[in-house]
Amino acid sequence: MTIQHHLPDATLLAYATGTLPEAFNLIIATHVSLCDDCRATAESYDALGGAMIDQSAKSDMSDESLAHTLARLDTITRAAPPAPSAGAFPTPLQDYVGGDLDAVRWRPIGMGVKQAILKTSGAASARLLLIPAGGAMPDHSHDGTEMTLVLQGAFSDADGRFARGDIELADGDVSHTPVAEAGMDCICLIVTEAPLRFKGLIPRIAQKFARI
Amino acid sequence: MTKPEPDWAALMVRVRDQRDRAAFSALFRHFAPRIKGFLIKGGADATTAEECAQDVMTTLWRKAEQFDPSRAAVSTWIFTIARNRRIDMLRRQRRPEPEDLPWGPEPEPDQAEALALQQDSALLGKAIASLPAPQRDLIEKAYFGDLSQSEIASLTGLPLGTIKSRLRLALDRLRHLMK
Repeated sequence: MTIQHHLPDATLLAYATGTLPEAFNLIIATHVSLCDDCRATAESYDALGGAMIDQSAKSDMSDESLAHTLARLDTITRAAPPAPSAGAFPTPLQDYVGGDLDAVRWRPIGMGVKQAILKTSGAASARLLLIPAGGAMPDHSHDGTEMTLVLQGAFSDADGRFARGDIELADGDVSHTPVAEAGMDCICLIVTEAPLRFKGLIPRIAQKFARI
Repeated sequence: MTKPEPDWAALMVRVRDQRDRAAFSALFRHFAPRIKGFLIKGGADATTAEECAQDVMTTLWRKAEQFDPSRAAVSTWIFTIARNRRIDMLRRQRRPEPEDLPWGPEPEPDQAEALALQQDSALLGKAIASLPAPQRDLIEKAYFGDLSQSEIASLTGLPLGTIKSRLRLALDRLRHLMK
């Protein structure tokens, strides 16, 4: 499986710095789970953040803080490393669905298309969409940036073919009519910037800058 | 000659494998005041920043099993914990994280690879330290979500190529082991 459609560096930088709404963090974490190129880029921005902390001006801790912290360690149970997912959904998405693909509570929205809204807070929304094999995604418009990540099957539109792991970024003024490939239902995670409240920021940071 | 920095990754491995409190204390003395300083620069008040720095160090102990010196420097790992704590504190939001990759069948990551990653991280630190102050300020502002488009655009040319290639190689190796 080779991923053809990636996230721009500026978006991964915004993810690493933690300045994006929760729903965008969810779709980026899910893409990064499947895409080692974007994972390496995101982790290099984490390393940059580490360097910034390491070189940060010190602010003295209170005298008893170390003793307090050491005392707290006695009460702590060590967390076991999380196990990787063997299912259709990477673990960050499973956390929001409450399980894998079979746990999704789909609602039909017409023409065989089904959707499931995922609960996130902040100025963007996330949903899963199932388009029947060979079907078209319903017409939709959005004011801000929309990201679409394929989890199963594939779709094609004017920008090319998108299969598992591929992510598409569309600005509000882009008109695209994705059509699912025959053979398998296409399941996507879609995150849309809510209009008004977060307008402008994502399109700006999602713009492609020269690779850092 | 300046005094060489202690080997933070080796101390962290002792925390991970032996629950070594002396090693933890050394990490705390170095990193906690810097985490606190970083958070204050990001707008936190001193009391909150102090509590948060303590939480971050406690999390370091709790999640020690996940530390892999071939994947991250201690400072990198601390940054990710501090960032997530900050999001939780400021916005009361969860922070979705990518799926963890297992280390593969070997009990220990490759020593040479761990050393190379740690050295590349140290070199990144030096490269950042030698940047002109205005550019360092810009990077800092990016991490506090405080940049305009033209300022982000001026962040190109950061010395990240080496560490990115190293991380990519580490991921290839993990994927190979997982097969």
